[in-house]
Amino acid sequence: MYHSKITVKLRPSILDPQGKAVEHAIHSLGAAAVHDLRIGKLVEFDIDAATQQEAERITEEACKKLLANPVMEDYAFTVEKRK
Amino acid sequence: MSLSKIKFGVVVFPGSNCDHDAYHAAKHVMEQDAEFIWHKETDLHGADVIVLPGGFSYGDYLRTGAIARFSPVMQEVVRFANNGGTVIGICNGFQVLLEAGLLPGVMLRNRSLRFVCKFVHLKVENASTRFTSECQKGGVLKIPVAHGDGNYFASDDVVKSLEDNNQVVFRYCEADGNITDEANPNGSLHNIAGIVSAEGNVMGMMPHPERASELELGSADGKKIFESLIHSVVLV
Repeated sequence: MYHSKITVKLRPSILDPQGKAVEHAIHSLGAAAVHDLRIGKLVEFDIDAATQQEAERITEEACKKLLANPVMEDYAFTVEKRK
Repeated sequence: MSLSKIKFGVVVFPGSNCDHDAYHAAKHVMEQDAEFIWHKETDLHGADVIVLPGGFSYGDYLRTGAIARFSPVMQEVVRFANNGGTVIGICNGFQVLLEAGLLPGVMLRNRSLRFVCKFVHLKVENASTRFTSECQKGGVLKIPVAHGDGNYFASDDVVKSLEDNNQVVFRYCEADGNITDEANPNGSLHNIAGIVSAEGNVMGMMPHPERASELELGSADGKKIFESLIHSVVLV
């Protein structure tokens, strides 16, 4: 079995108002050094795939067709073998 | 039943909440035929016009419209649209059309981060579509918006081609028709409130014409969209 961890983030060119609001809140905690805060999503799942390659292919396809919208989002993932 | 009646098919996703409003506008205000189409169906009931209504299909999980796109009925809607069928997506329905690839672009969170529910004014930029033939080019409609993610975004190339091909149907404007940043309720690029496909048969709009089809509701300007659709289908 394999385990995929996918992060989906707004592309750098897209304004992230939610991230901005949270950054302001962090500043009011006193952490003025924090900047460029962005909020994304974490998706993880197990895959009953025969090989690492197959697990990666399935993960990639899920990212492309569903988990991320390429107009506004970038994705990255890791696939690890699990017992 | 008069022969000139057309049939509206209103798709119902789990979480749709303007389906009854659209049905009411089509059936009782416009006195046409209307039927609900449950999202698990794979038959469009012979509808002349498919309406993807507003709401929060699938709780807006993942992204607005992202999951509704995979509903069984959407395969048929895409096929219908690709064969030239008339499809209008309102609010969440517009978001579904974007995710389904029937229209280009995406909806980002409103720049205010707030859900915006109010009357807005729309300038009719293209009155020669089957959705706007009963409007006047340059005319102003008063129709409400109600959304949290209506901030239209697309790449520069896509926006340029929409503009060049006259595919921007509505823009947010002032009551006098001036297109200003203050009149933009959500931060949409170029004040875009509604666009039509290159082939002209699929339109998405964030404002709700079905909520402004009777004067008792504050405006009947939305009726013009329904009248346009009826005339275009009857003429075909």
